[in-house]
Amino acid sequence: MNDITFRDVSVLRSTVLALSHISGVFPSGSLTAVLGPNGAGKTTLLDTLAGRLQPSSGLIDGAPSVSAITYLHQVPQLDLRVPITVLDFVAMGAWRVHGAFRAIDDQTLESTRDALRNVGLLDFQWRTLNELSSGQLQRARFAQLIQQQPELILLDEPFTAMDEETTSTLAGLIARWQTESRTIIVVLHDRELARALCPNTLLLDQQVISWGPTEQSLAAHRWRHVA
Amino acid sequence: MTDLFTPFSEYLFLRRALVGSTVLAASMAPLGTLLILRRMSLVGDAMAHAVLPGAVAGFLLAGLSIWAMALGGFIAAITVALLATVIAQRTQEYEDSSFAAIYLIALAIGVIGVAASGGRVDLAHLLFGSVLAVDDQGLLLAAIVASMTWLVLAWLYRPLVLATLQTQFFDGTPTATIVRVAFTVLVVMNLVAGFQILGTLMAVGLLILPAAAARQWTTRLETLILLAALIGISSALTGLILSIQADLPSGPAIVLCAGSAYLISVVAGGNRKLNRRL
Repeated sequence: MNDITFRDVSVLRSTVLALSHISGVFPSGSLTAVLGPNGAGKTTLLDTLAGRLQPSSGLIDGAPSVSAITYLHQVPQLDLRVPITVLDFVAMGAWRVHGAFRAIDDQTLESTRDALRNVGLLDFQWRTLNELSSGQLQRARFAQLIQQQPELILLDEPFTAMDEETTSTLAGLIARWQTESRTIIVVLHDRELARALCPNTLLLDQQVISWGPTEQSLAAHRWRHVA
Repeated sequence: MTDLFTPFSEYLFLRRALVGSTVLAASMAPLGTLLILRRMSLVGDAMAHAVLPGAVAGFLLAGLSIWAMALGGFIAAITVALLATVIAQRTQEYEDSSFAAIYLIALAIGVIGVAASGGRVDLAHLLFGSVLAVDDQGLLLAAIVASMTWLVLAWLYRPLVLATLQTQFFDGTPTATIVRVAFTVLVVMNLVAGFQILGTLMAVGLLILPAAAARQWTTRLETLILLAALIGISSALTGLILSIQADLPSGPAIVLCAGSAYLISVVAGGNRKLNRRL
């Protein structure tokens, strides 16, 4: 996949300017943290990359097609009253690879079990989603995400309300995905986590405050609002 | 006890109605279950009502032909679904209000059609169903619809369940449209096949009530669908017996039985306690 280049991009949410004149590059295969206060336009940035919002001005070059993007929303958009097993939930993530209307073959089943093993949920494969804790549900969402084999991964505050162990497992997965040369953009609230996990950081407050290698980016601005 | 079943051995039309409604109950169970999980129960109701003007138009054009009435009903209900969806998208209104608005218009047109037919169409039969009306053709229609439902569902099941769980999962891909359209077409086909026995006003009863009742007992999807089918089939049988013994229209009698199963389930169902064990 290509570098994703923002050229003077502004985005409106309803009638309010949410992002203003954003210019910069997410290099191919990079892992970038996006930090900023509430209302800084972090989610708007992800929505725009995912094609859910269109820039009101400016251009985005090199963004992959919608089918190559996986977007993990901050609040799981799941109706947990729908009874479905963890195994089925994760296996269906592979639909782009094996087709949405086909039965799950042995290969998909194998990769599903691998994904479940990686997030530590193999013993929970026959549970239904509503029987999982919020941390386990987040692990299942991560497992489903990687089954989609995306080129671009968008994560909106994936560690909110997660305990340390879950955070460390999931952060380990994100680091691993980067070695598979996927481009990853993750909205965070925690500077330390950004330092530990992400080589690049974009500080955002409707416009770019700083954007580059994490240490430089965080040091360039004495910004105390960010948690 | 044997007296209750005697009419079935005596009257061919009753046996036809029993087979027809059993087949439809089995076909409607998985659809109803998913309709409820997709929070579309009332949308299903709206589409059922929308069958009326189409069935009347079919009758006025081609006489008492089940195929003409079914085709008319199908076209009318699909048109209502399409219009309501487009209006909801264009006006950013809630879908249930656009469905309510459009189905009321369709229903009014249907009733005016019946009135304009000068008594040739029996409104009560159309609205509430009539076991006497079920002939071989009606049975064939039910069989075709039920077979198609199970075949298509076998193909559609996984993405449909996933799109129910994660409504935006397939957004931006053709799969989202395929899943939505195929499901709507299946629901409408079943409503159309059901209107002879159940009536357009009551057809949605076998779709929603057994599934809603089953929801009170289990949370496993496969168990839910099987239980809904079982409740639907039992309601069809007891409803037809009630209909013939008490001389009631078949649609409301079947719906009343399914409704009793629902109310009993609401009171006695142990879903909250049992859901981890089933």
